[in-house]
Amino acid sequence: MASGGTSPEKTAGRFRIRLGSGATGPFLGLIAMCIFLSLATDTFLSGRNFLNVMDQITVIGVMAIGMTFVILIGGIDLSVGSVLALSAMVMGFLGNELGLPFGVAIVIALIVSGLCGAVSGLMVTRLNMPPFIATLAMMSITRGIASIITDGEQIVGFPSWFSDLAITRHWGVISATVAVMLVLTAIAWVFLKFRPAGRALYAIGGSKEVARLAGVRVEGATIWVYTVCALLAGLAGVILSARLDSAQPSSGLGYELDTIAAVVIGGASLSGGVGGIAGTAVGVLIIGFLRNGLNLLHVSPFVQQVIIGLVIALAVAGDSIRARNR
Amino acid sequence: MTQSASSSTPESVLELRDIGKAFGPVTVLTGVSLDIRRGEVQALIGENGAGKSTLSAIVAGLVRPSTGSMRWLGQDYAPASPADALSAGIGLIHQEMRLLPDLSIAENVFVGRLPVRGGRIDRATMNARAAEQLHRLGLDVAPTTLVRDLRIAAQQQVEIAKALTLNARLLIFDEPTAALGAEETDRLFDQIAQLKADGVSFVYISHRMDEIARIADRIAVLRDGQLVATHETAQVPVKRLVEDMVGRPLDRMFPPIEKVAGDTLIEVEGLTALDGSFADVSFAVRAGEVFGIAGIIGAGRTELVRAIAGADRRAAGQVRMQGQAIVPADPRDALAAGIVLVPEDRKAQGLVLPHTIADNIALANYASIAPKGWVLPSVVDRFARDAISRFGVKGQAGQRADELSGGNQQKVVIAKCISRGPRVVILDEPTRGIDVGARAAIYEVIAELAHAGMAVIVVSSDLDEVLGLSHRIMVLNRGRNRGILSHQEASRVAVMELATT
Repeated sequence: MASGGTSPEKTAGRFRIRLGSGATGPFLGLIAMCIFLSLATDTFLSGRNFLNVMDQITVIGVMAIGMTFVILIGGIDLSVGSVLALSAMVMGFLGNELGLPFGVAIVIALIVSGLCGAVSGLMVTRLNMPPFIATLAMMSITRGIASIITDGEQIVGFPSWFSDLAITRHWGVISATVAVMLVLTAIAWVFLKFRPAGRALYAIGGSKEVARLAGVRVEGATIWVYTVCALLAGLAGVILSARLDSAQPSSGLGYELDTIAAVVIGGASLSGGVGGIAGTAVGVLIIGFLRNGLNLLHVSPFVQQVIIGLVIALAVAGDSIRARNR
Repeated sequence: MTQSASSSTPESVLELRDIGKAFGPVTVLTGVSLDIRRGEVQALIGENGAGKSTLSAIVAGLVRPSTGSMRWLGQDYAPASPADALSAGIGLIHQEMRLLPDLSIAENVFVGRLPVRGGRIDRATMNARAAEQLHRLGLDVAPTTLVRDLRIAAQQQVEIAKALTLNARLLIFDEPTAALGAEETDRLFDQIAQLKADGVSFVYISHRMDEIARIADRIAVLRDGQLVATHETAQVPVKRLVEDMVGRPLDRMFPPIEKVAGDTLIEVEGLTALDGSFADVSFAVRAGEVFGIAGIIGAGRTELVRAIAGADRRAAGQVRMQGQAIVPADPRDALAAGIVLVPEDRKAQGLVLPHTIADNIALANYASIAPKGWVLPSVVDRFARDAISRFGVKGQAGQRADELSGGNQQKVVIAKCISRGPRVVILDEPTRGIDVGARAAIYEVIAELAHAGMAVIVVSSDLDEVLGLSHRIMVLNRGRNRGILSHQEASRVAVMELATT
């Protein structure tokens, strides 16, 4: 009944640093971490190492774009790791086993991935299923199909032009796959910031009912968001296959959690309406540089898991503490 | 007109002294002193928002008073939680039902105090006792039925059964019969009479004057958070009670009502809800007219305007804009036809609270902000600042909506809706939770909308507000149109009589 005092209105003029929404803290954390790793190792601060990290984060980076959309509208997609595997297996099967032109195989793999997302979106909107459950089901289904295709066997050896996409660094700097990630990130940033449909995703995540009453097509947007997320997961599967020159039904296991972690570290709220591509990019870089730095420091992979867990907890706790002190 | 009840008569069980409550800047109760006697039914009446529910929430330990003290059975009484109140023997039956839909009737009745035998829940005893109580209330349903599967009236009876098995010494009923039929109401009153004979006291809140006359021993009237009258008998003419309830406060200012020159803009014919909350409602509103919709809580006002705005589906009926039938199946359709709804609950339906004022205002207006599909932050900012100054919002474009006071939040919602340039504006409870000072500014805005040639529909539980703003007033009672009164013939008494009988 009571609705906020009048005093907070006075704080409106206060100066605030803004980098996307809520990404300032993680950004400062990223810089601090890079400074520390530069001092602690002699190899971290080098162009070569930087390019290596960029290659390593491509897969998570592409998936995190789609996951940002999903989390922005207040959803979650647990199926991205499995869709990644399905996409890779469909592509490998069509290209290597059936002998389709490899470009066609890639396109069909992406279409199949997008369809998986559309089905998740329909389950969420039409069947009113919680996104967690709908995509959990999709996760299991797609992982199963990925294994059925070759009865669990991996597919090895793709055309050399395809593998080169992930390996050849044009002008000695950038591989095609990294370029794809950067371009997609830029497009997603522009979309979320400057397009009405992108702004509408924030409104949907903030409150579905407010968005609906304001004339936003909430159902349609939701289905599209899950479709795009799965499509990008499929693309990540293609990229991963190019890097490894093979496709395995078990690839991408647990990637959904890394992806969600990157988005959340970047300041997005799992309840929706808060977040952005800039923050997600910071989150992806934090995870990438952290892994890389810990390797350079010869920290064991087991300890790495503990540290990454602590970083996730810290990032989110810092965020909610700041929110509480507002 | 106030008769202070003789203090501390021997049979007084509960004494309230000088109880006051403020929520932030909004004062909802001031200086209420009231005695409840052993074995009586004390009726508590007043308009919506008069403070009845807050007062009962204080007694039941849901809300702590800002000022004043209470004594219960001769001891100081300051419940910190509903559990305290319950263990002291005071139970409350809520206006809105608070049942657990996926538990059985019996589990709901005994939740928090499940009978235990040998370390296990004694389901047989629990079900038997629940069945017995339900039977007394006239609800013959197996106590193992899930509450989810019951009709609303039956759910209300479960709520009542829950209260009656509390072994409480004082029971507070907040609109217990809102969902009940005549026969179920009779059964409830039989139960109340029996418990009264055992010395149980009741506070009975209702809008239905006929019930008050039947069941109450004494009547207390609240208005704007103050106790304005107590009657030592329930045999008081309805007209007198209504006058007590609606006595005009002095600090209300409404803009003058202009003559309407426009043509009929929107016609509603035979509109009927899917869930039965309203049926066969027809009316028409002209351009430049303010059309008020009055009625007590649960009369179907909000459901009606939500259906017109496409927010809810309807079962039958037609909405016509300038003679053209429209089918508002979704808010988009209504918006396209020029109908906007400023919803009742601005925090859940009007604003994305963690977003900025600019983003909130822009949300419904991207068609004009971004005609080519590009949202430029500078344009959003300018658009928002225009709206902010036009509607006198005290706040800045980049400020979060949840940092604003209620009145300013409401202006942001109105700004968001009106910036589209609609032809019909529906405002549902435009001043709920807004303090008196800020209300005048909202009234000015409403009058200006009509002056600018829009058809304005105002739904309000605040009678003065509907009367002060509207050219004509439609009174809804249990989902039916009970009549449309012109500004001249509408008075508080006339409206309340249509709304409550």
